[in-house]
Amino acid sequence: MTPRPLARYALRVASLAAALGLWQLLTGLDVDLWLHFSQFPTVTDVAGAFAERLTGTDYWTDLTDSLTRILTGFALAAVLGVATGVLVARSRLAEDLLGPVLEVIRPIPAIALVPVAILLFPSNEQGIVFITCTAAFFPVLVSTRHAVRALTPAWEEAVRTLGGGRLRILGSVVLPGALPGIFGGLSVGIGVSWICVISAEMISGQYGVGYRTWQDYTVVNYPGVFVGMVTIGVLGWVTSTAVEVLGRRLTRWLPRTSYTPGGRPRTPVPRVAAPVGVRAGSDPENQAEAQHQGHDDTEQEARDEHLV
Amino acid sequence: MSTSSEAVETAAPSAAPAREGERGTRLTLRAAVLGRPGAPVLHDVGLDVAPGEILAVVGPSGCGKSTLLRTLAGLLSPLAGAAEQDGRPLTGPSADRALVFQEDALLPWRTLRGNVKLPLAISGVPRPERRARAESWLGRVGLSAQAGQLPHRVSGGQRQRAQLARALADSPRVVLMDEPFGALDAQTRSGMQDLLVEVLRGTGATVVFVTHDVDEALFLGDRVALLSAGRVAAVRDVPRPRDRGALDDPARVTLRRAVLSSLGT
Repeated sequence: MTPRPLARYALRVASLAAALGLWQLLTGLDVDLWLHFSQFPTVTDVAGAFAERLTGTDYWTDLTDSLTRILTGFALAAVLGVATGVLVARSRLAEDLLGPVLEVIRPIPAIALVPVAILLFPSNEQGIVFITCTAAFFPVLVSTRHAVRALTPAWEEAVRTLGGGRLRILGSVVLPGALPGIFGGLSVGIGVSWICVISAEMISGQYGVGYRTWQDYTVVNYPGVFVGMVTIGVLGWVTSTAVEVLGRRLTRWLPRTSYTPGGRPRTPVPRVAAPVGVRAGSDPENQAEAQHQGHDDTEQEARDEHLV
Repeated sequence: MSTSSEAVETAAPSAAPAREGERGTRLTLRAAVLGRPGAPVLHDVGLDVAPGEILAVVGPSGCGKSTLLRTLAGLLSPLAGAAEQDGRPLTGPSADRALVFQEDALLPWRTLRGNVKLPLAISGVPRPERRARAESWLGRVGLSAQAGQLPHRVSGGQRQRAQLARALADSPRVVLMDEPFGALDAQTRSGMQDLLVEVLRGTGATVVFVTHDVDEALFLGDRVALLSAGRVAAVRDVPRPRDRGALDDPARVTLRRAVLSSLGT
């Protein structure tokens, strides 16, 4: 049986609640086996600290600062990554010119670019955006490049023989066709962006969730550290869900398999093959179709449906 | 292969084309070597496709049928010799020469209507007119009810009809078809052949139809060109009228036998 949506949400909430319960249990009982939970703040400690933070102004400043940084960096990375990926995949000259440089920079962890950012940019703010952008840039670039190279050649040939030029092919074939792959890269990119924006803030930020979390650590305010961590987790979850949802909306044309994990196929309508030439009167789909067609084509249509 | 004596290369078709169009156009290949650079597939190709004619091209798999078609479409350049339209060399693809593919060449993120509107958008037809013209073409191929569907939601036969509508929507003077019904079952296929004849009537388009099915070639073609061993082995006139019932007509049976033997099958 496929669980109802409501049941699935309940399950998800229960999973979170169970994790929190376990945390509370281990810390509340001061479990000190091989792992030490006695110094660990309890869920209630953290909740108390959280409530306190929410009423102050600093928390919201941290939040908006971090969000501004990540959204700026990520948006830049999305645009640059897609543009570079398309360019490298479509032009041999671009591949030869940019390829080696990109491949050498790619393995460097973005957070290792902090010294570079400090040297290059006049303000901390720009440095953090730079690091965030670099982090998300490569996953987007690589997936775009792969997606563009894997496009079905017939799509492009079709548009060319319909008179389409380079721009038309870019807009009508390359970008929409590569979109599923691009969104794969964006999903990875937003995750890496969070890691890097938080790390960069810890090193060089003023305000920001990462900065605050590190500050709390230096003054041994452990509940505060956990408030920061929870905030990062929730923000990361929300932003990557937003990317996923947007991606699914824009690629709704993708053929879906009838397989649903752990459940039955979505449409349990029996599709019995009718004998050729016999009007399949009992099949509601064909009836609807027959009504639409309304002329001699109907029979052919019904056959098409069943045989192909 | 003792067929070279039968070759009527570059000769104009003796049977008058059924659909004489004043807007017709002529395709010519002269002593052409076709293929990808460094990998020629067809040698010494001489073909002349008259305005409004349907030339069916038959041959076994891998004999260069698609290469021939891609050259006429302008996607490939001849490695030697000449490929011309009305005496002018072909330079790249053009909206005047539409290509219908065997495989799915519809853009999967566009509805059938969206796909048919595409050539109209490319040629700058005003937006409101695009929709009306696309709908009219979808109606002619019997897809009015499926206009808003995505390609993967309809059957293979319906996808090929949509491809046909898209190819014809902007009134090209040449329609090149690369085994368009090759992946369809027998019943759907013969229905599509009838539809094709009906839809082409009155367009005056010059058609090159590639297939590996001899009967399909004899049914659709005004002439049939046989490709074999990297050459055009022969070009044969097909007696008219176009009639499926004429399959057991003695002249037709003889022609069919001759075609099959030319192909070495």
